[in-house]
Amino acid sequence: MATTDTTVQPVVETTGSISRRRLLEMIWLVFLQIFLTLLLITFLVPALWMISSSLKASTEVFAHPIVWIPETPQWQNYARLFEILPFGRFTWNTFIVVFFAVVGALFCSIFTGYSFARLRWPGRDLFFAILIATLMLPEVITLVPRFIIFRYLQWIDTLLPLIVPFWFGATPGTPLYIFLMRQFFKGLPVELEEAALIDGASRLRILFQIVLPLSKPVIATVAVFAMLQHYTDFMNPLIYISSLNNWTLALGVAGLNAEESFRSGWELVFVAGTLMTVPVLILFVFAQRYFVQGIAMTGFGGR
Amino acid sequence: MATAAVPKRRFRLPNKMVLREWAAGYLFASPFIIGFLIFVALPMLYSIWLGTQRWNLIGQPQFVGARNFIRMFSDERANLSLWNSFYYTAFAVPLQLVISFALALALTQRIKFRDFYRSGFYLPIIVPLVAWSVVWQRVLHPEFGILNEALGWVGIPPQPWLFDPGLSKPALIFMSLWFIGRQMVIFIAGLGNIPPSLMEAASLDGAGAFKRLWYVIIPLMSPLIFFNAVMAVINSFQSFIPAKIMTDGGPENSTLFAVLNIYNEGFQFFNMGYAAALAWEFFIIVMLFTVVQFYMSKKWVYYED
Repeated sequence: MATTDTTVQPVVETTGSISRRRLLEMIWLVFLQIFLTLLLITFLVPALWMISSSLKASTEVFAHPIVWIPETPQWQNYARLFEILPFGRFTWNTFIVVFFAVVGALFCSIFTGYSFARLRWPGRDLFFAILIATLMLPEVITLVPRFIIFRYLQWIDTLLPLIVPFWFGATPGTPLYIFLMRQFFKGLPVELEEAALIDGASRLRILFQIVLPLSKPVIATVAVFAMLQHYTDFMNPLIYISSLNNWTLALGVAGLNAEESFRSGWELVFVAGTLMTVPVLILFVFAQRYFVQGIAMTGFGGR
Repeated sequence: MATAAVPKRRFRLPNKMVLREWAAGYLFASPFIIGFLIFVALPMLYSIWLGTQRWNLIGQPQFVGARNFIRMFSDERANLSLWNSFYYTAFAVPLQLVISFALALALTQRIKFRDFYRSGFYLPIIVPLVAWSVVWQRVLHPEFGILNEALGWVGIPPQPWLFDPGLSKPALIFMSLWFIGRQMVIFIAGLGNIPPSLMEAASLDGAGAFKRLWYVIIPLMSPLIFFNAVMAVINSFQSFIPAKIMTDGGPENSTLFAVLNIYNEGFQFFNMGYAAALAWEFFIIVMLFTVVQFYMSKKWVYYED
């Protein structure tokens, strides 16, 4: 990547001043490196503290000065968490929600994205403008009325309100994924599709046999963004889910925090936080490219 | 049918090919069209009607006319919640932008392990916000938190952060600086697109690092700065999770943000009509801020063509 200081040195300068510039630049880069290292440590300390504290004994959590590495890692903290609250059940519920919501987001964004990118139909531009407008729509504006609609359908305290809307392009999230797909499809060469069309292939076949095999990067990006969105969603579970059996991980972590806060159970809250973070960290390690690509492509996503 | 009538017909049915494309177009886009109508348009219209009702979900909604909309202007708690969100946004957004921009500049220099640093600074926004919130609640704890511990190293006495109405918002703003990864990624991508020839030309003209930053880099980056600013304002106004989890709006409603207040009205006090009215007020305010930003952008955002 181009940097600001790799430019050609002005010819007019003497050799002496060039080497002085070089020296100054090197000192600057060393200084920058040290500064960035300290800053990065500061950035990561809360997460490292969380992980380390999840393995502490209760006494170590409140020790002064702070214990950074627990003397003997208390792995049983993790087992205790599952005794206090059914975190296994929460994990399963979260998995169900994330799986079906992500499948729905992919389904909706692939078809709608292709329609916006390649097919001409009356009203398309209007609906595309609406799509762009909903990208920035505050979630809260539909919060109360949606709740009443789902209450009418008797979907309260089921996982359905956390899944079904995202099969149908509901905000937040899915409009962004449609937009991402549309942009990507538009960038694909149209000739292959036209040739297939002349050969009499249906649009469905073209989409599945020609377009989608070329679209793995954008499918991965949308899948990663959608996973993150539904995995971390808190507002919707908070509103729609009441019985403990249907809680998601986000509710579990927040619920544990509300119960245990300022009492002696800190290490368990850290356990819950760590448990909730580990899957996304793993996802990040394997799919970092798609996080960064998606953000750089649209400016959206990533939270 | 007489062929002479054809020139008079403005509308001609398209041929079969085109009709089939229309059908495919509507069919493929139907998830979004249906979803928009059911989950966005209908709720938004419905909530206008709801705003004219008093309803606690039990029994029948009761028509109260514009009373909800009038009440919210004199509702001190609602106004305080808007002020809190404004305060949070007004400080958090500029700080986030400056820091993420500076970081992006630093991370495009010729430092070692550049990709490692980029990932590292991005990492905090991967952590689910719920998990971050419970951790930061403890980071900020007056007695056992690591922030006060770290401040102690440089001789600053412990502060009561989330327990002091004057410090709670600054504490949440400080915490929000950990979430600049997305802005940073956008800035880094933009900096990579600046043509090196422009920087060379500026250097040849004798522009030092600061002049190049001010006269070349920032103007070229202004569309991205603008984009990040718009998104950050919208997101900050909607901040909900940290306040809900860490303070539940306290102390003394000092972190009662607008969305949290609407949530409370709707789902704690079950004033469905009033919550819908408040949501509309909030929506209009956020839109206004966005429109103002777009209007002001004409004065400072530089577009090449």
